[in-house]
Amino acid sequence: MNGYQFFVDPSRCIGCKSCMQACAECDSHRGVSMIHVDFLDRANSIATAPTVCMHCETPTCAMVCPADAIKRGEDGIVRSALKPRCIACSNCVLACPFGVPTVHAGLELMMKCDMCYDRTSVGLRPMCATVCPSQALTFGPAEVIERQRASRPVRDFQFGQEHVRTKVWMMAPADARQIAVDVADYVFKGES
Amino acid sequence: MAIPPLPVDRLADAFGPHRNYAPPGGWGDAVRRRPDALVKTHCSFCGMQCGIQLKVRDDKVVGFEPWEEFPFNHGMLCPKGVKRYLQGAHPDRLLSCLRRTDSGFVPMAYEQALDETARRLAAIRDKYGPDAIAVYGGASMVTEKAYVLGKFARVALGTKHIDYNGRLCMVSAGTAYKLTFGIDRATNPWPDLAQAAVVLVAGSNTAECAPITTYYLWQCRERGGRLIVMDPRMTPITRNADLYLPVRPGTDLAVFLAMLHVIVRDGLVRDEFVRDRTTGFDAVRASVEAWTPARAAEISGVRPDDIVKAAHWIGETDRAMGLHARGIEHHSKGVENCLAMLNLFLATGNVGREGAGCMMITGQGNGQGGREHGQKCDQLPGMRDIRDPAARQYIASVWGVPEESIPGPGLSAVEIMEAIHRGEIKALLSMCFNPLVSLPDAGFTREALSKLEFFGIIDFFLCETAHHADIVFAGSMQEEDEGVVCSAEGRVQKINKAVDPPGDARSDALIICDLAKKLGRGEHFAYPRGTRDIYEELRVASRGGLADYYGITWERIERELGVFWPCPSLEHPGTPRLFPDGRFAHADGRAHMQVTEWRDNGDPIDAQFPVLLTTGRVVSHYLSGTQTRRIGPLVDQYPEPRLEIHPTLAAALGVADGDWVAVTTRRASMVIQAMVVRTIRPDTVFIPYHWPGQRSANRLTHRTIDPRSKIPEFKVSACRLEKTTPPADLAAWRRDETGWGSAAYGDQRSDLGRSDR
Repeated sequence: MNGYQFFVDPSRCIGCKSCMQACAECDSHRGVSMIHVDFLDRANSIATAPTVCMHCETPTCAMVCPADAIKRGEDGIVRSALKPRCIACSNCVLACPFGVPTVHAGLELMMKCDMCYDRTSVGLRPMCATVCPSQALTFGPAEVIERQRASRPVRDFQFGQEHVRTKVWMMAPADARQIAVDVADYVFKGES
Repeated sequence: MAIPPLPVDRLADAFGPHRNYAPPGGWGDAVRRRPDALVKTHCSFCGMQCGIQLKVRDDKVVGFEPWEEFPFNHGMLCPKGVKRYLQGAHPDRLLSCLRRTDSGFVPMAYEQALDETARRLAAIRDKYGPDAIAVYGGASMVTEKAYVLGKFARVALGTKHIDYNGRLCMVSAGTAYKLTFGIDRATNPWPDLAQAAVVLVAGSNTAECAPITTYYLWQCRERGGRLIVMDPRMTPITRNADLYLPVRPGTDLAVFLAMLHVIVRDGLVRDEFVRDRTTGFDAVRASVEAWTPARAAEISGVRPDDIVKAAHWIGETDRAMGLHARGIEHHSKGVENCLAMLNLFLATGNVGREGAGCMMITGQGNGQGGREHGQKCDQLPGMRDIRDPAARQYIASVWGVPEESIPGPGLSAVEIMEAIHRGEIKALLSMCFNPLVSLPDAGFTREALSKLEFFGIIDFFLCETAHHADIVFAGSMQEEDEGVVCSAEGRVQKINKAVDPPGDARSDALIICDLAKKLGRGEHFAYPRGTRDIYEELRVASRGGLADYYGITWERIERELGVFWPCPSLEHPGTPRLFPDGRFAHADGRAHMQVTEWRDNGDPIDAQFPVLLTTGRVVSHYLSGTQTRRIGPLVDQYPEPRLEIHPTLAAALGVADGDWVAVTTRRASMVIQAMVVRTIRPDTVFIPYHWPGQRSANRLTHRTIDPRSKIPEFKVSACRLEKTTPPADLAAWRRDETGWGSAAYGDQRSDLGRSDR
């Protein structure tokens, strides 16, 4: 999968949760999804967004881990916590700027998206990005994305004073604009 | 009387639905073992018919792997496709035939089930005549099964009454396309959507009901195309709509008529195209003269300037496409809605080219193929009209029967249930259909089923309707047999067998043929190689018809990854885009534009029932839920129906998010939890219909049907709402059962005599 990159475009997400359902199917995940999809504000909008690990170059989760349980591999992929080391303290959960890791209570272990490195290492695309019907999650060559998309991939994020660069790219809209979200705003209410 | 033999909660204990969460063998180390095979086939659910590879180990489907080479979906799948493998090796799977006794369903030997079914069907035929028997089919089956079921009804039983659950799905669109284009199929392959400059999506919750279509819509927008969404609800695709038309349920026609009015008024008609390629435009033009945007706005609640804008976007480009689904079709004027939408694209010359056309989104897995070859009450194989003497003669010659022995057109699905209720139809044989959940006015359906003298069902799970059956045959799942399906695009695809039917379950096709033998008609149903031989006969039967499959062999499908019909010869490349040479399918080569008349729906609102109720689907369930309510992760994603209601209406009723609401129509009442959202019109509420029992939305819907397509009006009923308390027995409310209120046998009977309206 040389040259393939991971891209996230929340504006394409239709909230179908196919990514989560497929994530759980990965042989190493055994029925548990490592990613999630959320309605941003269901009362007011149908907008949803998927959250996968962004795989930071300098992972905050690893920096705040008191047990040194979180490692970033040569491939740039930040792994789930090492089972023998993780003390399930949830520091990583609180510190991650993207809200990615979760501590699985029964297992007392932090688990998160590992970009399916068990699949990519044998030439298969990650489950979530392969099945995603809207391709809000995409895994492919950068030149294809640049050719096919009107939006622009970015991977530099500013959180207050903190700059974070990630392995995963986020598609940024070229012309964000205001849209009404209430059906009543569109309804014809008669003359006068 | 066909009444459930046990309290239905006990039936549910025995036959489910139970929720399956793990592959056979569980999530332990077994999942890492190499599969014995990866079988390339297609999803068992919707009309997208996505390519998928099923992982097989020890003759069980244990998982899936995306099939990225398949050109339609490139490995993409919705959650139903991802989890569809969990229906195999399911604890509820029927492993033998069942017979209803006073103490419940008990296993029955296959031969005995055949003998008993044939004996009782023959007795009813002898006593009342062949038309006292009806056959229900389904559009989730491979085309070979649909074909052989149609032949079985007409040749083995001699009844004219065969219809199918596609009557609840595609018939309004099919009727309109036949009238206008002369052929019942989407005009373009799906990648054309990405080439369009404007796409109008009318009445389609595309993201949830045809999820992969989203990919093509988004590609269109990435290339600068504009998306218009017309729907009473903001469905997920609306998040990227360039124009949103919040149409009031039941008034789509007014909007289409006004759009054509604007197209005519503002000089956007492609005169040359209309003159050379169509008929009927003068009358159509005259019929929209009075339909000003202002008039349509008063009826539909869509702003006049938005109607003008939509009309201009479509009229000002030569690459406009339309997509529509049940939202405009499930109406007593469903055919008119489709006809009026087609007129927009014909008047503006937007048909028959890349990026220009109008397409229905077929809902069921084989919704297209399942209606082409003979399980529709008015059609013979090849999409032939059963009244056409030449068609009858040809099919009679293929079947080796006298032409006059083939019955004429019979009743449609809803009409069959009404004839059962009237006592005219005494016996029903049903395969791949769960009418108790999917037909409108479920209380009426239950009464009707209870009147049957004989009811036989072929299925792989004991669906709710099967609770009323006398004999249940354990049939086959999609992955247990092979055959073809036709996707929404018109692409004929191959379903491959992954595993054998378990236990004493059999191929559905084999059961039908064995029954025919027992009825003394075996010589017409000798297919030693099963569906393979049926397909070879089907190819011949379709030859020269509109849906001509003659040039499509199973081998070609595998080699070419699907072939688009019509394909009249082995050398023919297939027809991905219809009308490429400018000729439509009518004998005169022209599209026949049809005048449409406005009328109100069949269950109008009034002071007593002032709110519009509309029904539909959610992404994690499929149709009546027979399969998806048994797949744990899909149930967890959307466990039970919710009432979508706008905060303005909710506030007027004093209802907050999560409160319980009683929804009452002229048929029935149900209680349901509110989901207060701004993404629906303030005068409309929505309930998804996938559940039985107390959670059944179809208890509320009405039986008005379109006079031509015979589709029920699921998309608009009148209701009233009251805030209420949670059900006293929440567990009973949640149970997937057919007994409403008390589950006791006696209470069910007491409900039988209630008057309908």
